[in-house]
Amino acid sequence: MTLISMVVQAAAQQPAAPAVTTRIGEPNVIAMVFFFAFIAITLGITYWAARRTRTTEDFYAAGRTITPGQNGMALAGDYMSAASFLGIAGLVSTTGFDGLIYSTGWLVGWPVVLFLIAEPLRNIGKYTFADVVAARLSQTPVRIAAAIGTLSTVIFYLIAQMVGAGGLIRLMFGLKYETALVIVGAAMMAYVLFGGMIATTWVQIVKAGLLLGGAALLALMVLAKFGFNPLALFAAAADKYGEAVLAPGKLVAAPLDAISLGMALMFGTAGLPHILMRFYTVPDARAARTSVFYATGLIGVFYLMTFVLGFGAMVLVGPDAIKAVDKGGNMAAPLLAEVLGGTPFLGFIAAVAFATILAVVAGLTLSGAAALSHDLWVNVFRHGKADSREQLRVARWATVALGVIAVLLGILFKGQNVAYMVSLAFAIAASGNFPALVLSIFWKRCTTEGVVSSMVIGTFSTLLLIYLSPTIQVDLLHRTGAWFPLKNPALVTIPLSFVVGVLVSLATRDDVVSAGFAAAERRMHVGD
Amino acid sequence: MSEHRFRSLAETRWRIAISLTAAMVAIYFGFILLIAYDKPLMGRLLTRGLSVGVLLGALVIVSSWVLTWIYVRWANTHYDAGLEEVRREARTP
Repeated sequence: MTLISMVVQAAAQQPAAPAVTTRIGEPNVIAMVFFFAFIAITLGITYWAARRTRTTEDFYAAGRTITPGQNGMALAGDYMSAASFLGIAGLVSTTGFDGLIYSTGWLVGWPVVLFLIAEPLRNIGKYTFADVVAARLSQTPVRIAAAIGTLSTVIFYLIAQMVGAGGLIRLMFGLKYETALVIVGAAMMAYVLFGGMIATTWVQIVKAGLLLGGAALLALMVLAKFGFNPLALFAAAADKYGEAVLAPGKLVAAPLDAISLGMALMFGTAGLPHILMRFYTVPDARAARTSVFYATGLIGVFYLMTFVLGFGAMVLVGPDAIKAVDKGGNMAAPLLAEVLGGTPFLGFIAAVAFATILAVVAGLTLSGAAALSHDLWVNVFRHGKADSREQLRVARWATVALGVIAVLLGILFKGQNVAYMVSLAFAIAASGNFPALVLSIFWKRCTTEGVVSSMVIGTFSTLLLIYLSPTIQVDLLHRTGAWFPLKNPALVTIPLSFVVGVLVSLATRDDVVSAGFAAAERRMHVGD
Repeated sequence: MSEHRFRSLAETRWRIAISLTAAMVAIYFGFILLIAYDKPLMGRLLTRGLSVGVLLGALVIVSSWVLTWIYVRWANTHYDAGLEEVRREARTP
């Protein structure tokens, strides 16, 4: 009511200047239409997928029938979250060059995934990354430690996406935050519960197409105003807001913070459970390799486009107008769409951003459910003796539990900084999961004790240092100082996790594990 | 014979993976270190609208593509052919 009257008033006073008057925040019919079309199409896909989901292999790994091209798109769809689309565009539009640190950091993990992880993972494991770590080691302790690492990563990542979704939908459609979370939770649960990995994969493919298409259209419309020359756009930004926008600024004032964040982004990608799980959906290691190649290409193109979207929003909308709508700058891309294509284009981009979140949370929930049911229930409690029906039943209950937890935590963490929470999820993945994977795949001498301590200490030291960091101590708890100086702990926790893994392995001895290395190494290259 | 061939293939794969990973780490952290310790250089304009920092940022993305392309090209030809030989030798007694 107040919102509508405010908009009416604003429209009556000054309908001209598009940079100031925005229709963001009022119910947008076109956004609704696009959004419901997306929901209808994806639920249709889920119905089709549900009829094909019979075994655990279908549920967790889409029957291993996804082609490399499809998996490349799905990886891109699983990875490009709202934080990268809305967050980077917002950062670049309000800070200039500094936002590009994220654009590059979020891509450089992919070559590492390709060189070190993708093929061994596909050849050794079955459904989760814990399969790989546990292959030569004692099942129970490794599975429990890996499940802790997986669930910590998944839950932080889920909270970030849920908080982002709630805020986004409130701004876009004028819905209540809590209502928005329930809608996201319900749709995500429907995909995963009934359609498993097959539905999740296709939701991610559709979303990746929409996001890449929408971003490309937006970038082309920006460039059309600058003679299709990106340099003319950057020059216009420098003319309007000073040459400093093309140089590093205050976001990276502390060098060690920049390095630590860079390490989390680079090595975190190679430890994200929902990304690693996607390599099991393709028929073999060669297909896994090719799919990373496609994903790196698509994601790189997307991040290059964020240069144009960010500076485009800076020049065509203006940092002040962007911050007036949302302090964090998250509405830069939708505002840019409104300036360039009016309300219909705003509606389309809003629906794309929403689809983006849905696809990411579905992938996250599925990987969390796999950790709970495949790693903990089947391999720890039932010692590998559970039939397909029981495994599916447990996986579905785990999905429901995670969906409910995600909605509740999303409500609890309302108003938290989304990009920061995502970078924490990356820090946990980089310190808890990545070192254990590398040690168990490549190092003959590693032992169960070593790998488990690496995972446990990696995960918990990250959580502890996050708690002691300035962001929690100063910004959140309003203390005067923080015990730990860095905002992101990866600079300390990744080396710590490796060192602990190596030292504990050297201090313990496991001849059975070392003897198993030759067979495991052969399997890692040749496959079954 | 098969074992020897497999060993050398596994070692080559490992060497290439490590070298390419090291190259990616060097490129990205070179970029981050320049941002952290030489802001004036990164802000210098090469031409109107193009600073050293923006150019290097774009080049980091391009170099990720180039490195993945190098690996995939090597793996699709040499590594896969080597694996095929190892599999064949394992089958013939």
